[in-house]
Amino acid sequence: MWSFLHKLASPKHFYHFAGRLIPWLGWSTLLLMLAGLYTGLVVAPTDYQQGESYRIIYIHVPAAWMSMFVYMVMAGAGAIGLIWKIKMADIVASSAAPLGAAFTFLALVTGSLWGKPMWGTWWIWDARLTSELILLFLYLGFIALQSAIEDKRTAANACAVLALVGVVNIPIIHYSVEWWNTLHQGPTVTRFDKPAMDTSMLIPLMIMFFAFKLYFGLTVLMRARGEILERERNSTWVKQMVTESS
Amino acid sequence: MKTSLLSAFFTILKRDLTLALRTRSEITNPLLFFIIVTSLFPLAVSPEEKVLQTLAPGVIWVAALLATMLSLDSIFRSDFEDGALEQLLLSPHPISLLVLGKVIAHWLVTGVPLIILAPLLGILLYLPSDAMPALLATLALGTPVLSLVGAIGVALTVGLRRGGVLLSLLVLPLYIPVLIFASNAIATAAADLSIRGQLFFLAALLALALTLAPFAIAAALRISLR
Repeated sequence: MWSFLHKLASPKHFYHFAGRLIPWLGWSTLLLMLAGLYTGLVVAPTDYQQGESYRIIYIHVPAAWMSMFVYMVMAGAGAIGLIWKIKMADIVASSAAPLGAAFTFLALVTGSLWGKPMWGTWWIWDARLTSELILLFLYLGFIALQSAIEDKRTAANACAVLALVGVVNIPIIHYSVEWWNTLHQGPTVTRFDKPAMDTSMLIPLMIMFFAFKLYFGLTVLMRARGEILERERNSTWVKQMVTESS
Repeated sequence: MKTSLLSAFFTILKRDLTLALRTRSEITNPLLFFIIVTSLFPLAVSPEEKVLQTLAPGVIWVAALLATMLSLDSIFRSDFEDGALEQLLLSPHPISLLVLGKVIAHWLVTGVPLIILAPLLGILLYLPSDAMPALLATLALGTPVLSLVGAIGVALTVGLRRGGVLLSLLVLPLYIPVLIFASNAIATAAADLSIRGQLFFLAALLALALTLAPFAIAAALRISLR
């Protein structure tokens, strides 16, 4: 177990291990995504209150879940890189950041598309929307800091500190926004009482959730492989690989 | 010669205060900015008393936030440029406490003048006199948090040539909880309601920032100066 983890920490082994894993992840992502979209968009029954437009949750909810999950992955990898000085952890953290920002953006856009027919407006300063927006700002700050520092190791460590500060702050921001919203109750949004979700609607959601998770795993590995090649371009094993394949 | 931690802490505090007082524009410029930004709102929105009254808590706090942010760079910038920061990191004392001294000095020269000026701006924006104590209390509890959290951002960006805009990207989202509780407390006080809850929250944020931020600042400085 430990020797396996130690091996993974070396970029060369990670590169080959990820290369073997990617086809499996790719195909299972594709299958789950297709299954989830088909059951969600075609098989699942129409909602009696929201009609067909509720179906956007099959993209929106997994994206929103992933936006939080990826931040935790990023901060966790950053902390590992900071504490044990493992290069691979830095690479994973930096590969995850743009993906997390993309999931957050997707959650915001789909939420706004859903809000237009449901609430009659593209945007509402609702607590969840606002904290999602702030999460996007945190991601963008992380990416901006990363691209501003030239030295890769310094950039990774600085970003890890920022991500950890963000982790302490996310719950505070979340609850303060929620609290702010209950006080600023402006135009009252008629909230749909959450009906216990029917299983026929829940199953596609769960499938989509796993599809998104796998998709994230897939893309993070692909990005990490690219990053490894760029950082290790002067090492012998990369040169050897390139000359052998050409 | 070995100095005790306490005397090292106070030496740094005193040194930073002396330096700030010798270059007074560093103190006055953010203050002028604070006043000018606030006075733009009546011109841009409306000089009507009712409108300004509802805007006042938010406007004063957003202006205070931006003024603090503009002054943040001075915490570490000049020390970074002349190498004093490296000497600081070489000292045998815990860096987190030494940087806390620098942050406190920053708050004394930027935060405290803001608190003193704020009632004047409150009057300009027709803030009811009932809300004045709330304004002062929130600024007294909130501005140290701004200095502490901001110092993390400065420590991360001090090694970069153009850190200014980046700093605001990093720091402003982290300021949001303070902004929410503080401006809400002032608005609540103007409506003659109790603001104890908000003040407790601000005090909790201050306690959290005071205990955790110095470690983050020290870690960030070590990374930036590598």
